[in-house]
Amino acid sequence: MTNHWIDIQHSDVILIQGSNAAENHPISFKWVMRAREKGAKLIHVDPRFTRTSSKADFYAPLRSGTDIAFLGGMIKYILENEKYFKDYVVNYTNAPFLVNDKFEFNDGLFSGYDPGTRKYDKATWTINKDANGIAEKDFTLQNPRCVFQLLKKHYSRYDMETVSKITGTPEKDLQTVYEMYSSTGVPDKAGTVMYALGQTHHTSAVQNIRTLCMVQLLLGNIGICGGGVNAMRGEPNVQGSTDFAILSGYLPGYLAAPRASLPTLEDYVKKNTPKTSDPRSANWWQNYPKYATSLLKAWYGDKATKENDFGYSWVPKLDDGQDANILNMIDNMYEKKIKGLICIAQNPAGSLPNSNKVREGLTNLDWTVHVNIFNNETASFWKGPGMDPKKIKTEVFLLPAAASIEKQGSVANSGRWVQWKYEAAKAPGDCLYTGDIVIRIVSKLKELYKKEKGAFPDPILNLKWDYTDDKGRFDPVKVAKTTNGYFLEDVTIGDKTYKKGDCVPGFANLQADGRTSSGCWISCGSFAQDGTNLMARRKKDDPTGLGLYPQWSWAWPVNRRIIYNRASVDLNGKPYNPKRALLAWVDGKWVGDVPDGPWPPMSDMEKGKYPFIMKPDGVSSLFGPGLADGPFPEHYEPLEGPIEKNPLSSQLKNPVMKIFTGPCDKFSGCDPKYPFVMTTYSSTEHWCSGALTRWQSWLTEAQPQVYVEISEELAQLRGIKNGDKVKVESARGSLPCVAMVTTRLRPFNCGGQTVHLVGMTFNYGWLFPEDCGDTANLLTPTAGDANVGTPEYKAFMVNVTKV
Amino acid sequence: MKVTRRDFLVKSSTLVGGLALSSLGIDLSPVIAYAEEMKKIDKVKSARQTTSICCYCAVGCGLIASMDTKTGKIINVEGDPEHPISEGTLCAKGAGTYQTSAANEHRLTKVLYRAPNSDKWQNKSWDWAITEIAKRIKKTRDTGFIEKNSKDQVVNRTENIAHMGSSNVDNEECWLITAMARSMGLVFIDHQARV
Repeated sequence: MTNHWIDIQHSDVILIQGSNAAENHPISFKWVMRAREKGAKLIHVDPRFTRTSSKADFYAPLRSGTDIAFLGGMIKYILENEKYFKDYVVNYTNAPFLVNDKFEFNDGLFSGYDPGTRKYDKATWTINKDANGIAEKDFTLQNPRCVFQLLKKHYSRYDMETVSKITGTPEKDLQTVYEMYSSTGVPDKAGTVMYALGQTHHTSAVQNIRTLCMVQLLLGNIGICGGGVNAMRGEPNVQGSTDFAILSGYLPGYLAAPRASLPTLEDYVKKNTPKTSDPRSANWWQNYPKYATSLLKAWYGDKATKENDFGYSWVPKLDDGQDANILNMIDNMYEKKIKGLICIAQNPAGSLPNSNKVREGLTNLDWTVHVNIFNNETASFWKGPGMDPKKIKTEVFLLPAAASIEKQGSVANSGRWVQWKYEAAKAPGDCLYTGDIVIRIVSKLKELYKKEKGAFPDPILNLKWDYTDDKGRFDPVKVAKTTNGYFLEDVTIGDKTYKKGDCVPGFANLQADGRTSSGCWISCGSFAQDGTNLMARRKKDDPTGLGLYPQWSWAWPVNRRIIYNRASVDLNGKPYNPKRALLAWVDGKWVGDVPDGPWPPMSDMEKGKYPFIMKPDGVSSLFGPGLADGPFPEHYEPLEGPIEKNPLSSQLKNPVMKIFTGPCDKFSGCDPKYPFVMTTYSSTEHWCSGALTRWQSWLTEAQPQVYVEISEELAQLRGIKNGDKVKVESARGSLPCVAMVTTRLRPFNCGGQTVHLVGMTFNYGWLFPEDCGDTANLLTPTAGDANVGTPEYKAFMVNVTKV
Repeated sequence: MKVTRRDFLVKSSTLVGGLALSSLGIDLSPVIAYAEEMKKIDKVKSARQTTSICCYCAVGCGLIASMDTKTGKIINVEGDPEHPISEGTLCAKGAGTYQTSAANEHRLTKVLYRAPNSDKWQNKSWDWAITEIAKRIKKTRDTGFIEKNSKDQVVNRTENIAHMGSSNVDNEECWLITAMARSMGLVFIDHQARV
C-alpha cells in the first residue's frame, strides 16, 4: 500500500476493483464504511455481486480478465473530458517527457517485438535526452511525441462501446463509474483504489496494477491523504516475506538477485544503481552500493572483507534471463530436475495452479521437508487421491511448528506497519519456532561441511549464525537487530559520532565500505540507536489528526506512513488540500508525516527535489519502459477466454505471457467443451487453501464443503438446481462439488454474445474434513504474468454438468 | 429448573447443598455451567495477557491472548480494543484464533517421518530429523552443485533443491530463511507472494 488502512476513511471516492474487501479483508471495510458515513462514495467493480457490492453506492459488473479494457476506458474519459489534475500531471509525472521517435504501437504490438523469442527489444521505449542528459519536455503537453499525447492516442481506441463489448459492463455503467471516480481529479478531493488478488491473479497482473496507478496519477491521487494505490495483501506477513526476499529475483530490500554476467560486487552495483543527470532528482537508489555491502556484512559478518568483495562470490548467481519463480520451480519438479524441497508453512498441493501437475511433481522428489502447525495436502501428498504410496519413493519430514500466537517477533501489514507480537504461551508438544528449525538445520549443515568438506562450503561455513539466546533458543530480537543493522566500528556522519555496536537509526546512515551492516536496508530505523525496539511501540498520539499514529509500531521506510507524500503539496510546499494536510512546508521545515526526503519544496530552484525519489527522473512514470509487455498497458484476452476476436487489435493474447508446454499443460481456446468462464476466490471463514482453517470446527461449521456458484440463467440452461451435485471440468482436471444457484452471478452481454461466468472458492482439500471435496486448483492453468509470473487463477474456461 | 444469573450468585454459596439435590432428580446442569463460567472468569482474572497480531490477512488486527498461568495454556484470544486499526474488532477467522492454539486436537505436536514407499508416518526425535535432513541437503547439493554455467561464468548455485515459504512466519524467521537458502546456493526460492 502507498497509504495505510486507517487512511481509507479520508477518501471521497473509493474504487474497489479486484477485491471483495467486505468478506476477505473484513476489518479494512470498517474504514470504508467510516468514509461513507462522512459522505464518501463507494464503487465496486467485480464479476460477482458480493457483500462488498451490497454496501456500494454503485456496482458495475465486469467479465473476469478485462480490467485493462475497463480502466483504459477510464483513462480515455479522464483525458478527453479534461478531468485530470493538470498541475500534478505536469509537475509530478512524465507526461511532458518526449518519447523516442522510433517508438510505436501498431495493432496490439509495441515496437521491438520478436515473435521467435516471444520477447520485446525495448531499445525504442526510451525518453529523449538533451545534451546534458536531461529528459526533453514539453510542459504545454502539446507535442505529439510527449507522453501525454501518446497516452491519449493509445487509449483513444478504448471508447465505451468497444470497452463494453469486451468487459460486458453496460455502457451506462461505464459512464457512471468514470464520472464518479474522475470527480477526484481536483486538489481538494481524494480517490483511493483498493485491490487484491482479483487484479494480481492474471497473466496481465502487473499491467492491471499499472493501469490503476496511471488513473491515480492522472487524478493526482498518489502521495495524498485518502488516496493511493492500495494492495490489500492476503497473508499476515506477506509484506515482510517479500521485503526479506524469499524470492528468486531479489535479495532483501528489493536489491536485484545477482546474475552470472556480474562476477564482482562492483559489476553488480554498477549494473543496478540507476543514474541521473538531472540535479533536481534525488535518485534515492544511488545508495544501492551502501545497501548491498551492508547486507553482505549482515550475512557474513567479519568474514566479509573489502579484499574478498564482502563475500559477493558466495551469493548464488542466476543466469541472465533465467527465471526461477514458483511456476518454473513446479515445472522443474515435474521434469525431475529438482530432487529436494523445503516447504515452510505453505501448501502448494492445494494452492498452486494445476494441482495435478504439482502433485505429480512431488512424487518425483527424493525428499521433502515440511514445517507447519497442521498436516496438509502437500505433506501427505503420497496418500492423496490417485496415489499409491508403495510406488512413491519420496521421503517426507513433517516438522511441528509453533503457531503465530505462540511466537515473539514482528509482522508487516499491508500498510507497511511492522508490528511486534509476543509469545502468548509455549507451543504444545515438540513444536518449535520456525526460526529454531532453520537455525538447527543450518547449524547441522555447518557441522557436516566442516567435518566432511563437500561442494563449495564457503557460503555455509562463512554465514554468520549467532542468533540464539543463552539457552540455545532462537532469539527474534537478535535477528531483528541484525535486519536493522549495526555500526561495526565508530562512525562519524556529519557532526554525529556513532559507537561500534550501536543500532543504525535509519538507512541514510548506511555505508558502502563495510563499516555498517543491515540485513534489509528498508528495515533500518526499526530500532533506535540505543537498541529500543520501535516496532513494539503502542502510543496513540496523533499530531496530524489524520490517524497516522506515528508512535504505534513502526512503518518502513523511516516510519513514513504515506509514501511519495511530497506529491501532496504544490511547488511551494503548500498542501493541495489544506483540510487534509499530510505535509506542509512551514518556517523552513516540513510539518506532518515523515517527508520523502528533507529537501525544500521544488520552488527552491537550487535545493528542491522532485517528489518521486525512487525514480531516476524524480517523477512518476505514465510511460513506463521497465515492463516486459509494453510501456502502456494494453488489453489482451486471458490465456483461455470466451472471445474469439479482440475488438482492440488482432493480437488476441498477451504476446509475452509465460506459458508452459509440458504434457500436463493443456489449454482450451473458445472450445465448446469448456464454454464457461471460471473465476476463483476465498470466503470469510477460510483462508487460502484452507490449510489452517479447515482444522477449526468453528469455521468449517460455517463453510463445510466445496461448491460452485452459478447464475440462475445458467442453472436453467443446464437443468441444475440449487444443491445438486455437479462436476466442474477444465482441460486439466475435474472436480465434483455442490451447485449453489445464485443471483450474485449474472451472464454478461459482450457485444451481443452471452458469456456465463461461474465461480468457486479455493479453500478446500482432500485431507480434512473428510468429504469436504478438493481444491479448485485442479482446474486452473499453469500460466503466468510476463513480468512476475503470477498465475492465472481468475479467468479460465470450464464446463459444468449435473451428475 | 431455571436459574437466572442473580439466582445463581445467591445459590452458589450453597452449591454443595445444591449438588445433593441432583440425586433427587433435579437438573443442575445450568448451575454447573455457571460454575464453569465462574471458573473461567477466575482464570481470566489470573491469566497473563499478551498482545499479538492476527495470523490471517495483512490488515494486521490486534489480538489479546490470555494464558492460564496454572496450566500455561492459552484460554482466550480476543480483539485488542487499543489497536488503532481494528479497534477491538475481528473477523470470523481472527475471532477463532483460539483454535490455532494447543486447544486444537489436530495440531501437529510430534516430528513425523514417512519413509520411501511407506504408507504411514513414524514419530521421530528432533535430533534424528535435523541430522537426517542436513545429510539429505548435503548429499543432494554436493551432487548437483553448479559452479559454472554453459558460458563458463561462475554461478555457484544449487538447482536441484527448491525452497518454498513463507508469508505466514515472522519477519525474523523470513530473514533466516532467506539467509539459509542463499547459503545453500538455492535459486528456486519462492513463497505465497506470487500466489
